[in-house]
Amino acid sequence: MAKIAVQFTLNGSERAEFVESGSTLLSVLRDKMGDTSPKAGCRQGSCGACSVIVDGELTLACLTLAETSNGKDVRTAAGLSSGDVLHPLQRAFEEEFAAQCGFCTPGMIMAATVLLERNPNPSREDVIEAISGNICRCTGYEPIIRAVLAAARSNSVAA
Amino acid sequence: MAWKRGRGVAAINYPTGMNLGGDPTQALVHSTPTGNFMVTLSSVDLGQGLRQVIAQICAETIGVPTEWVTVDTADTDTGPHCMGTFASRGTHRVGNAVIRAAQEARQVMLEVAAEELEADAADLETDGKGNIHVKGAPSLSISIFETALAAHFKHGRSISGRGMFLVPRSYPETETGAMKPSTCYAHACTVAEVEVDDETGEVRVLSIKNVFEIGRALNPKMVEQQLIGGSWMGMSHALYETTEPYYPVRDHGARDFNEYLMPGPGDIAETEIVVLERPSGDGPFGAKGPGEMCANPQIPAIANAIYDAVGVRVDTLPITPERVLRALRAQQAAA
Repeated sequence: MAKIAVQFTLNGSERAEFVESGSTLLSVLRDKMGDTSPKAGCRQGSCGACSVIVDGELTLACLTLAETSNGKDVRTAAGLSSGDVLHPLQRAFEEEFAAQCGFCTPGMIMAATVLLERNPNPSREDVIEAISGNICRCTGYEPIIRAVLAAARSNSVAA
Repeated sequence: MAWKRGRGVAAINYPTGMNLGGDPTQALVHSTPTGNFMVTLSSVDLGQGLRQVIAQICAETIGVPTEWVTVDTADTDTGPHCMGTFASRGTHRVGNAVIRAAQEARQVMLEVAAEELEADAADLETDGKGNIHVKGAPSLSISIFETALAAHFKHGRSISGRGMFLVPRSYPETETGAMKPSTCYAHACTVAEVEVDDETGEVRVLSIKNVFEIGRALNPKMVEQQLIGGSWMGMSHALYETTEPYYPVRDHGARDFNEYLMPGPGDIAETEIVVLERPSGDGPFGAKGPGEMCANPQIPAIANAIYDAVGVRVDTLPITPERVLRALRAQQAAA
């Protein structure tokens, strides 16, 4: 089968690859571009571990055809920090012990990123709603909810 | 027809590790030429944090900062034998093996330092920051960095140690069946508050309050994290999770995350955790196994709370609305 070209911005850098037609955005990110921050959990859109942000929208990379991302702006958890300076959400997840095995963490942080970009002062219910598409098996969710609320507070202090 | 409230309590003892044919774990520890330490295991860190705790145990025993220790896990082809990471045995069994390996490595390290300092190895102590000095004479000192270099390039010594921890097999006494299945036990007690809809059988957990006795918490924040997540999982086992909802009929078994029910972030109960520390006699620095124990007491506590709320005993897990409703119907039919 002929390969097709995909080209998009990944965490601020222009990236292009030739991929098999029908490749998912998840497999292109992980296997072609070396960004393993989106995780392959269920591969059917149930667990949220592959969540990335495409043109500002929270997107399940495992259900997205790579070619539909042409020309778009793709962001992943790997692009959140600025050098050694962690994003407020990453810092809050660390401080609140909101990651245990860590497999759900990048997807959780992506979901929370979109939430805070749209709603800088979310309620507890807003946070629950925002991460309700992401499965965590270790933490019982409470530390994650606390971390997102803490990140929102630290943002509003900084602003 | 109404939501009815109930409260239930349950307490558990939970063994650390198991006893089938004996329960061994081995560990190897060695220093690099520059005095960092490597722990080689075939035990798995499956996300629970074993590597962190083992690094702490090794560092504490040798007398170096935790960051100087690297833990290599989970290659059963090449690593020293471990029964595995299950039965809440990791910290206890692996930790004990690592202490022994680290003690042997520390002894070699002190012997090399003694040569360099022209002192007796028995008179040396570590400061926990990477230095060895003569007891009572801090100025007679050598860094572990220099000691490791000297061992490798001058004395021809390997700063290394072997560790083995074995809980021997316990055979039941023929007459009584009595045996010793475990050497130490963790304990927990949970109080659960629920609401039960006696029309639909739906159960809402309002609060779960847990006390856990887990020996010594070697890493208190990681223990707390395990216990909060475990409490959630206990509620999940009580009310939601099953692969065989109509066992032995398998037609309705869950095949994926769409069908396998788990409480999401909107279903969690107000949760409290209290940690009691009563160090175990044979654990590494008094640790026991808090891993699985923490997801157990919520199950009987919730079942008891449902009984308190609506007067029915559901003895099959998970306690689904269907099972509660069937029990309520049977109760009404018997009345």
